[in-house]
Amino acid sequence: MRAQFIFGEVWVGLRRNLTMTVALIVVVAISLSLLGTGLLVVKQVNHTRSLWQSKVELSIFLCDNNPLSTQCTKSGPATNVQTAQIQATLKKLPQVVSVTYKTQAENLAQFRKEFAYDPIFVNSVQPGDIPASFQVKLRNAQADAGPVTAAVTGMAGVDSVGNDSTILTNFYRLLDGARNAVIVVAIILIVAAILLVANTIRLSAFNRRRETAIMRLVGASNFYVQLPFLVEGMIAGLFGWLVAVGLLVGAKAGLDGFQSYFPFRAQLSVSDLVEVVLVTMVLGLLLCGGTSFLTLRRFLRV
Amino acid sequence: MIHFESVTKTYPNQSRPALESVDLDVEKGEFVFLVGPSGSGKSTFLRLILREERPTDGRIYVAGRDLARLTTWKVPQLRRRIGCVFQDFRLLPGKNVYQNVAFALEVIGKPRRFIRKVVPEVIDLVGLEGKGDRMPDELSGGEQQRVAMARAFVNRPMILLADEPTGNIDPATSIGIMKVLDRINRTGTTVMMATHDAAIVDSMRKRVIELEYGKVVRDQSRGVYGQAY
Repeated sequence: MRAQFIFGEVWVGLRRNLTMTVALIVVVAISLSLLGTGLLVVKQVNHTRSLWQSKVELSIFLCDNNPLSTQCTKSGPATNVQTAQIQATLKKLPQVVSVTYKTQAENLAQFRKEFAYDPIFVNSVQPGDIPASFQVKLRNAQADAGPVTAAVTGMAGVDSVGNDSTILTNFYRLLDGARNAVIVVAIILIVAAILLVANTIRLSAFNRRRETAIMRLVGASNFYVQLPFLVEGMIAGLFGWLVAVGLLVGAKAGLDGFQSYFPFRAQLSVSDLVEVVLVTMVLGLLLCGGTSFLTLRRFLRV
Repeated sequence: MIHFESVTKTYPNQSRPALESVDLDVEKGEFVFLVGPSGSGKSTFLRLILREERPTDGRIYVAGRDLARLTTWKVPQLRRRIGCVFQDFRLLPGKNVYQNVAFALEVIGKPRRFIRKVVPEVIDLVGLEGKGDRMPDELSGGEQQRVAMARAFVNRPMILLADEPTGNIDPATSIGIMKVLDRINRTGTTVMMATHDAAIVDSMRKRVIELEYGKVVRDQSRGVYGQAY
């Protein structure tokens, strides 16, 4: 009885100001999906960062037959003594966790494995193009790269030092920027959504002022008077959320597609998506329900 | 049933109080006319009983409750014991007679079986047999007021407040309205009716309370409308 009555009222309310309801659904959908996308990007960045951070190494390339630096051109390929000295220097540094020596053949094999998806690139690199190297794991990939690089640069037998994280830093900056932009737009839209919910509920309350006046007069409880409006706002929010779920699935597919440009795939799992979808649902219901509630307190007092 | 203790009500931004130290007792089952010129405080009086307004000073007891101590969320409980009828009927134009009356029970959460039993009884009581499926705009003014009375009475309130119920109705039809109010009064419901209609007051010979400038100037047990005092 009660439920049937409430939903009857809700249906009448939603139908009577259909344009406002549709506007509300659209704005809620867009603001929730943007916010959700922001959350997905945050997760993606963290995920990528932790995945890549473990792989980030300092590569100290040794002089070989076709070196980059003039120092190597003068002195020729690194001798065994020089190699041993470089290794000893590296091991003494406090920032260094481990030092691994990789021969030319090992480096070539790894290169071929990582770029296996691009055969033309792989074939253009000949044995001997990639020098032997020390792969150095650092305690802190960001902070320790500078001092370690400085310590070995200029040593006899060292050709060049490559740091993976310099490439990553720029990439992170790009992702962080994109995430911040998405979240700012989402917040602006959420403010718009809140105002729209308030306005829709006000209009709805105005449309049904006769009914509510009589309800108050015959002693309907506050709960009974306000619940139809509250449910109305929540249902609009729920529809907006459903649309947002579709958009979020699309956003995840986009982020996954983005990953194919990188050698290490860091795709988000389905549970990440489900988590974001649930967060946006709770947020959407709170947004619509809370705003309706506060609006009603102002406009439908007993 | 209704008890006023030196009640004063002053609206904001007004120097003269709408009601000034009113003392009053209305017993259970009484029929009371509230008379007086426009602006004498009749509507304020009724609004105070419904707790739509709170007095500036003094105490009001309705159905044994001290209205000053009544918390906001218990106000609906009070209003379920008070029925209300107005000059402008206040029916819902989109609902038929039966639905208008049933609405008052639906919104206080009464079960459907109860509603189906009680509503036709009340429609018969106010003299609208067989008109349950008519829409308000198909009814005369007198019939619409009967619907409003059915809605006010369907929950068997202890008190029925009527604010100029015959104000929009011709004298011949008004007699019918008064008969319904009398019938409701005979069930033990206290009826309080604010009116300008001298003929009705004179013919009914009930208690008359006259207000002027917010003060009770006359309280007679079997009074008439315009008697000198």
